Amino acid sequence: METKTELIVEKDEAKKIQMSGSHAVIQSLLKEGVNLVFGYPGGAIMPVYDALYDYHDRLHHVLVRHEQGAVHAAQGFARVTGKVGVAIVTSGPGATNTITGIADAMIDSTPMVVISGQVGSPLLGTDAFQETDVIGISQPVTKWSCQVKKAEEIPAAIAKAFYIARSGRPGPVLVDITKDAQANMMEFDYVPVTQVRSYQPVPTPDSDKIAEAARLINLSKKPLALVGQGVMLGGAEKELLKFLEKSGVPAAWTLLGMSVMPSDHPLNVGMLGMHGNVGPNVKTNEADLIISFGMRFDDRVTGNTKAYAVNAKVIHFDIDPAEINKIIYADVPVLGDIKETLPMLTHMVSNNTHETWVKEFRACDKIETQKIIQPELYPTKEGITMGEVIRRVSEAMNHDAILVTDVGQHQMMASRYFKFRQSRSVVTSGGLGTMGFGLPAAIGAKMGRPDRQVVLFVGDGGFQMTIQELGTIFQTKIPVKIVLLNNNFLGMVRQWQELFFDKRYASTELINPDFQLISKGYGIMSEKVTSRDQLDEAILKLVNSEDAFLLEVVVEKEGNVFPMVPAGASVSDIRLE
Amino acid sequence: MKQEFTIIIFSENHVGLLNQVTTVFTRRNINIESLNTSESAITGIHKFTVVVVTTREQVDKLIGQIEKRIDVLKAFVFTSDEIVHQEIALYKVHTEALMNGNEVENLVRQYGAQILEVHRDYTVIQKTGHKHETQELFEKLDKFEVLQFVRSGRVAVTKTNWEQLATYLRSLEGRNKVTE
Repeated sequence: METKTELIVEKDEAKKIQMSGSHAVIQSLLKEGVNLVFGYPGGAIMPVYDALYDYHDRLHHVLVRHEQGAVHAAQGFARVTGKVGVAIVTSGPGATNTITGIADAMIDSTPMVVISGQVGSPLLGTDAFQETDVIGISQPVTKWSCQVKKAEEIPAAIAKAFYIARSGRPGPVLVDITKDAQANMMEFDYVPVTQVRSYQPVPTPDSDKIAEAARLINLSKKPLALVGQGVMLGGAEKELLKFLEKSGVPAAWTLLGMSVMPSDHPLNVGMLGMHGNVGPNVKTNEADLIISFGMRFDDRVTGNTKAYAVNAKVIHFDIDPAEINKIIYADVPVLGDIKETLPMLTHMVSNNTHETWVKEFRACDKIETQKIIQPELYPTKEGITMGEVIRRVSEAMNHDAILVTDVGQHQMMASRYFKFRQSRSVVTSGGLGTMGFGLPAAIGAKMGRPDRQVVLFVGDGGFQMTIQELGTIFQTKIPVKIVLLNNNFLGMVRQWQELFFDKRYASTELINPDFQLISKGYGIMSEKVTSRDQLDEAILKLVNSEDAFLLEVVVEKEGNVFPMVPAGASVSDIRLE
Repeated sequence: MKQEFTIIIFSENHVGLLNQVTTVFTRRNINIESLNTSESAITGIHKFTVVVVTTREQVDKLIGQIEKRIDVLKAFVFTSDEIVHQEIALYKVHTEALMNGNEVENLVRQYGAQILEVHRDYTVIQKTGHKHETQELFEKLDKFEVLQFVRSGRVAVTKTNWEQLATYLRSLEGRNKVTE
C-alpha cells in the first residue's frame, strides 16, 4: 500500500497521471484543501475507502457511528471554520441517512459536500442491493446534486460541487458516484471551477439602492438592524460593527446570527424571535426602519407577518434574490456580497447615536431582567434551572467558548444566556430544528477548532437521538465538553402541551437510562449534579478536563422558556409568563 | 387575484432537470396546468413552458425559487397578452361518423382543423389553437364518439423580437467569460 502512495505522489508532479476513480476522489478532495472528512464505509463506497487507506497521512477520516452523525459533524466543522464540510457514505441506507443533515445544512446555508457511493452503473434502476435514487431524494434539499458514472468525470464533478457549496449563499451538494466509476482507471487532471454558466452566486450591487438605503437610515428616528448568519458567512463582522458604530443603529441578532458581534456590545440589543428578548421583539413594531442584514425573516422571527414591522420601512440586504419579498416586502432591497455592500452603506450614512431610542431597549431589558432573567439565573426555588447552568458554564469558559446546542428548551436557554466574544461561536440547528444534531455537530466543531473550548448543551431527548456518537468521541478522544440538561421530559413539547394543550402531556415524559453508566461504558469521564451547591465544582471539572467530559445536570422538571411569542401571534404580544 | 401565467424557463439539459423544476411547484402545492419541454433557439439550452393559475405575488416568488436552482439559467413570467401561444390537439373518431352525413366535415372546416389520416375504421383530426378552442371542438365531436383525445402542453413565443435569454446571456458574457 505504501508503495502505491509513493507512486502517486511522484506522478503528481506530472500534469496528468493514471489512477482509479476512487483515488481521483481523494486527490480532488486534497486539491480542494480538505484534510478532514467524516464518514462511514459500506459496499458501494469501498473503492474510495480503499484509496483512503493510502492517504491516511494527508486526509484524516473520522469514523462516525451513523451516517447522520457524519453530516452533522461536517456541518459543525463547516460552521466554525467557514470551510466546506465533507461527508462520505455508502449507497442506499448510507445515503438516505444523510438526508436529515443535508436538509439541515440547506435551510441553515451550511457549505457541505456529501459523497455517496452508488451501485455500479449497469445496475442503476434495477432495485439492486442498497440501490436508492439518492439524487431524486436529495434534490429538494440540496443546493445541487449530480451523479457520476464515469471515472474521468469525477474531478470535474467534485470541483463543481465545492464551488457551488461554498460560493454565493452556501449550501449542501451531493455527489453520487457509481462503484464502477470509482474502480475504473482515468487520467487525473484537476481544474478548479470558478464559474458555472447557469449560476450567478453573487448579484452585482446596485449603488442607487444603497444610496436610497442610506437616505432612509439618515432620516430614521427609530432604526433597528436585524442581523443574521449572512454577515458571518460573508465574513463582514468588522464591516457590520463599523456601520453600527457610525450610524448608532441598535442591532438584534437572529438565532443563527448569534456571536456575529460581542454579546456585551452597547448596540447589541439581544435576540429576535419566539424566545428572544423583549426589546427587539416589541421594538420591531415601534421602529420606523428595519434594516436586515443576511437574515431571512423566518416565521420564528416574525410571528404573524401581517402584524410585523407595522410602522417601518424595510431595507433588506441579501445575497440571495429569492429572499427578497419572500416573507416581508422590502422597500429597498440591496443585493450583493455584504462585505462589499456594507462599507458602501457605511460610507453614506451620517454619524448618529440614537441615544434615546437605544435607551428604550434597555428599559425593556430591565423589565425582562426583573421578570424572567433574574429568577432564571438566580433562582430562589430548590430546582436547578437551565439558565443558571448555562450562564455559569459560559462564565467558567470566560464567555469565549464555542456553543453547540441540540434542539429544544436548552437551545433557547443557551441562546439567551450564553455569551460570546468572537464570531462563528455558535453551532445550532436553526431552520430545521433537528433533534440529535448537537452531539455529532460538537464533534465536528471541536475538530474544526481544536484550539477553542467547545461546549455542547443537550437535552435528554435529543441526546438519545444520536447518543451512539459517544463512540466516535471514545475512538477519536476528541475533548468535547457535554452538558446534559436532564429534565426527564421532551421539554419544549411539554411546555407547549402545558400552554396550549391543557397540560395533556402525551408522550413527552421520558424514562431515561443511567447516563452515567452509559458514559462510563464509552470511557468518557462524567459527573451528575442534582443540587445547586455541587454545580460550580462540577463545572470546574468540565472546563478543566483535558479529555471529553459529560456533565449531567438534573434540572427543574417543568421549567419553561420565557419570554415567548406564541406561534402566529404578533411580536408585540410577547408573553412574559 | 388568481390568474393564468405562462412561465418560460431556460436551463441546462441535464438528467433530472424536470424534477428540479417541478419540485419547486410541488413544494408550494401549485398545480401545473400545462407543461412543455423542448430545445430552445440557443444550442444546448433547454426550454420549459409551464402554465399555472396563481397570484402575481406567488408567481414572482416561484420565479425566484426556480432561478435559484443551479442548472436553471433564467426564468421569465408572462401574462397571456404578452405572448403568442398555441396548443395542438388530436382527435380520433370513427371513420363511419365522417361518412354518415357532412356534420363532422363541417366541424373540421368550421374549426380550421385538419384531417391527418383516414383509415377504414378511424380518422385522426388535428386542431391547433388555444385550449378553449380545442376543447370546444372536442365537445362537438364527442357527439360522434371520440375514441381518443390528446392535447399538448402550451408552447409560446414572446411578443418581443428575440429570445429574452439571448439578451441575458449577452449581459452575462459582458460580465464574465462563459466557460461551459
